[in-house]
Amino acid sequence: MTAPAIPEPRPSAGYLAAYEHQILLYLRNWRGSLFSNFAQPALFLLAMGVGLGSYVDKGGANATGGVSYLQFLAPALLVSSVMQGASSEGTFPVLAGFHWVRRYYAMYATPLTPRAIAFGQLAWNATHALMVGAIFCVIIGLFGAAATPGIVWSVPIGVLTGIAFSAPIAAFMSTQRDTNAWNNIWRFGITPLFLFSGTFFPIDRLPELIRPIAWLLPLWHGVDLARSAALGTVGDQPLLAAAHLAILLAMAVGGTWAMFAMFRRQLEK
Amino acid sequence: MAKPPAPAQAPLIAARGLTKRFGDFTAVDAIDFDVAPGESFGFLGPNGAGKTSTMRMIGCVSPVTAGELRILGRDPTTDGPRIRGRLGVVPQQDTLDTDLSVMDNLVIYGRYFGLTRAESRRRAAELLEFAQLADRAGDRVDPLSGGMKRRLTIARALINEPSILLLDEPTTGLDPQARHLLWDRLYRLKQRGVTLVLTTHYMDEAEQLCDRLVVMDKARIVAEGSPRELIERYSSREVTELRFPVGVQETLADAQLEGIGDRIDRLPDRVLVYSDDGEAVGPAVHARGLRPETVLVRRSSLEDVFLRLTGRTLVD
Repeated sequence: MTAPAIPEPRPSAGYLAAYEHQILLYLRNWRGSLFSNFAQPALFLLAMGVGLGSYVDKGGANATGGVSYLQFLAPALLVSSVMQGASSEGTFPVLAGFHWVRRYYAMYATPLTPRAIAFGQLAWNATHALMVGAIFCVIIGLFGAAATPGIVWSVPIGVLTGIAFSAPIAAFMSTQRDTNAWNNIWRFGITPLFLFSGTFFPIDRLPELIRPIAWLLPLWHGVDLARSAALGTVGDQPLLAAAHLAILLAMAVGGTWAMFAMFRRQLEK
Repeated sequence: MAKPPAPAQAPLIAARGLTKRFGDFTAVDAIDFDVAPGESFGFLGPNGAGKTSTMRMIGCVSPVTAGELRILGRDPTTDGPRIRGRLGVVPQQDTLDTDLSVMDNLVIYGRYFGLTRAESRRRAAELLEFAQLADRAGDRVDPLSGGMKRRLTIARALINEPSILLLDEPTTGLDPQARHLLWDRLYRLKQRGVTLVLTTHYMDEAEQLCDRLVVMDKARIVAEGSPRELIERYSSREVTELRFPVGVQETLADAQLEGIGDRIDRLPDRVLVYSDDGEAVGPAVHARGLRPETVLVRRSSLEDVFLRLTGRTLVD
């Protein structure tokens, strides 16, 4: 027999439709999250930057390389916040997609491939990271916390850091049925990262012995890169900046590959 | 097993030696079947018989372990997305997006099939009429009743005007009224020439909706035919259900009933007598001095066929 004519679906259309679904979900449910997107950076900058900063700055600006503590903190806090948001987006929407709402299975019953479904989720997570970073950047401007216009580099660096976290976390969460394992990752992984990756103080203030660990902490690469871009000091250590960028890119690419592979494995069961 | 007469048209779905294994467990064991265009085809069997695994392979979301499967003349291994573009799928467990409205659910689904937003909205409005949900278009999915959610899932599965509609246990968990409403909608689709493939463990559903069906048990097909053919082949025209008082039921000797009807099945709570004339069974039993509490004469059903084929009732 001759096969009935079936139009070949354009693969790119599937990728875009999966992304569109995620945007639609945001458009229908954004109200709660937008306030916190503005409020959280303002609160952090106020408490840590202005409050704590007034103490730090009394000790002289040497510790922070000649800028105010607020200016020192701002780009790092932006990247850290974007990373935390993107980590959450790699967690709960993935559990919802596979278990709570099962929308990934609905998508898979159509011409969409597992890769298109994973892409839609990750592309949205990156978009959300971009929004969070851009809002944070505006707030930094309003606080007068930008040392140079280089602060805007914190946004794309934040997005890259966000993907570097969100993708591997999503790959892992596709294997989980609940948040139990995730709670431990957050408690013993994300929170220490937030505290010890050079966000609040330079890592050379850490004891000599544990300083090399910072190299293994992926957040530090984003924080340090964003800070040197914001303070205009990338030229001082160009190789270090290049290394930061390379490591973040490697994590993002590897994580995305893992996410694609795990989504496929999960959906084809 | 005898092959069914070859369908006049090339089959939409053809399976030969179709097998699905999960590790050491064989969920589907080398089954053969064809589904013709416009046909309404059913997989009937108890839970765990392999119906859902078969449906997932037909739906091109679960790789075939062994054997051959062709859907619309194409191989799901290489043409999965393309075939899925021509299928409508109603899964056993709802996959509606509870964070979106009824209308949004349909429109975004149309986008997956490459429809423009305008076209998707047009079809969605039509389908909501068909599913009798037009007045709920702007509502969230969560507050809908089970029957409404099922109808919405069916409407969603029709957004791409599929060549084949796959329904996995479409009315499981619904109350009788919701089931009948759903059957009515499916019957209308059938009248329009949509090819339906469904699984069920309800005999009445299979009788209502299927032109032809296969009975599955323990990963294999044990019988195939139209509901009427199966009843004729494996049962009798009528069945008389005899219910004896507690105590008598257990001690009743087979010899006491021998010769009444064509065949007898003894269940824990009643005795089934198969015959062409069910009304004659009651007097015959009385003539032997037996006093059943109730005598119910009914038409033979697929339930009886399944009992005959497997020695077990379908009820879990």
